[in-house]
Amino acid sequence: MNEGKSRNYARAANLIMRNPLTVFGLAIIVVLFLLALFAPYIAPYPEQGQGLSNLQERLRPPSLIHPLGTDNLGRDLLSRIIYGARVSLKAAIIVVLIVIGFGAPLGLIAGYFGGKTDELIMRFADMILAFPSLLLAIAIVASTGPSLLNALVAISVPWWPWYTRLVRGQVISLKEMQFVESARALGASKLRIMFRHILPNCLSPIIVQGTLDMGYIILCLASLGFLGLGTQPPTADWGVMVNDGRAFLLTQWWISTFPGAAIFVTVLAFNLVGDGLREALDPKIRWRFQRA
Amino acid sequence: MLRYVLKRLIWLLVVLFGLCVVTFTLSRVVPGDPAAAYLGPRARPEQVELVRKQLGLDRPLYIQFAYYLRDLSRGNFGESLRTHRPVLQGILDHLPASLELMFAAITIALLFGIPLGVLSAKKENRFVDHFIRLFSVANVSVPSFWLGMIFQIIFFRWLGILPIGGRIDTVTALLHPIEKITGFNIIDAALTGNWEAFWSVSSHLVLPAITLGAYSTGLIARMTRSTMLEVLREDYITTARSLGLSEFEIHFVHALKNAIGPTLTAAGLCFASMLTGTFFIELIFFWPGLGSYTINAIFLNDYPVIMAVTILMALFYVVVNLFVDLLLAIADPRIRVQ
Repeated sequence: MNEGKSRNYARAANLIMRNPLTVFGLAIIVVLFLLALFAPYIAPYPEQGQGLSNLQERLRPPSLIHPLGTDNLGRDLLSRIIYGARVSLKAAIIVVLIVIGFGAPLGLIAGYFGGKTDELIMRFADMILAFPSLLLAIAIVASTGPSLLNALVAISVPWWPWYTRLVRGQVISLKEMQFVESARALGASKLRIMFRHILPNCLSPIIVQGTLDMGYIILCLASLGFLGLGTQPPTADWGVMVNDGRAFLLTQWWISTFPGAAIFVTVLAFNLVGDGLREALDPKIRWRFQRA
Repeated sequence: MLRYVLKRLIWLLVVLFGLCVVTFTLSRVVPGDPAAAYLGPRARPEQVELVRKQLGLDRPLYIQFAYYLRDLSRGNFGESLRTHRPVLQGILDHLPASLELMFAAITIALLFGIPLGVLSAKKENRFVDHFIRLFSVANVSVPSFWLGMIFQIIFFRWLGILPIGGRIDTVTALLHPIEKITGFNIIDAALTGNWEAFWSVSSHLVLPAITLGAYSTGLIARMTRSTMLEVLREDYITTARSLGLSEFEIHFVHALKNAIGPTLTAAGLCFASMLTGTFFIELIFFWPGLGSYTINAIFLNDYPVIMAVTILMALFYVVVNLFVDLLLAIADPRIRVQ
């Protein structure tokens, strides 16, 4: 079984690499992570990236010393965008971890025990899924007060049921398999079977889904930021930056345009990679590629 | 079939109850005292206490929740903290403008999305397909608020051919006022033969509708492409081709007929989720609809409005989902049996 899996991954990786769009998306994501990790070393004006204003240089258009121009407080836009990458990625990873940390165990429990427990958990999950997610997130932040923490919690609340469903589906098909039966025969406790044997085999779809969702989570965070409901100034946040530039849109167009382009390219990259992954792992499409 | 409908309706009630629990909890989580917020900053403590009793805020939580449910069922969503007028009235006043925008957006999404999806499927793996797929993914990834701003820069600032926002140009509104029949400016202007107003309204509708419809266009194109690809592999398509039917007829009549189901369900869901999209579009394009009404309420911490809009929008979303599911169940009997 292990040999088959690594063959599958190798084939999948090969298919992914064949698609130029997916490779492009992957490259962007790598660049993004590098920017986030090494922001203080890459950004030309790191203190401005973190919020220090420089009023003498307000509203300057793109030039050699400020490649993307400056904003209304004189801060170098390129540095702000680089620090914004750090903020967005950190926040998105936190949300994904919260969502998996809450949703996956619930799915595990629901799938393994079945019956009334399963029914109860899945009904609750379905109920949350019935609401429009962004609306719920906005309502939560609007009620609890605008802050990054509230925004992270607000985005996590409508999101975790997807992972519960995902894990539950995996668990239901896995729990009938040979290796679980053998573990049970050897006297392993239910807890041990769930966490030691079943959960590791659920990890790959969780990771794939989590990666795909990062793009949308970043978009949600930017949307909340645009409405002033997320990160608060002076922290660099792409959504907040786009909103800040609105008052200057027609004359100093770069203040909104570049941060917004950063959001767009990031979400696009994650979606392209997601599409590539889905195509590579979908057996029907793989078969079509092999025939050609 | 009836059993399925009943099951779904009961589930709808459960979801609605859950929604009320959520909004009630949120409205009590709000920082600050609702009574003090209601009266404003210059209220005296005795007045605040009196209002607290009036609003029932001194009762235990479960009694407050019961009152809350009773009020909701009577259509009493409270009063706006800003205007002290009924929230429901404010919502109904602003609704037609948003609906006009949403209908225009979904029309654009279907008009462009479906043919793009069909073409993409027909020319699978060729350059046209790759281009359309990239376009669709881009539409689905783009932040709507940013796209709107880019359009404003390009079409208003640089090209000067379209207005920056609003529903109608002020001078035209004064010289050729639109007689209100449906509340949809574009329909009313056409119905009354008010062509100056019609052109003004149309030109104001273009950019916001395209921006609001972008996500749906991408989604519908992707959906149509994938279902068309599956349908085109079916045997009856090969039969149709061998019978000598034209490619156009095969694609747009026979294949599309069978592929359209999932696409239309996606369109229904897109329409429902456009409600949240209006928050951003109406803000940027100064469109006086439900979205800007809600955004203003958020900025002013007008909690009754925020909660009421949340309930009603969620209700709308859930009902549209149910409607779409029921349509699917009618079309595909396999779903009812699950």
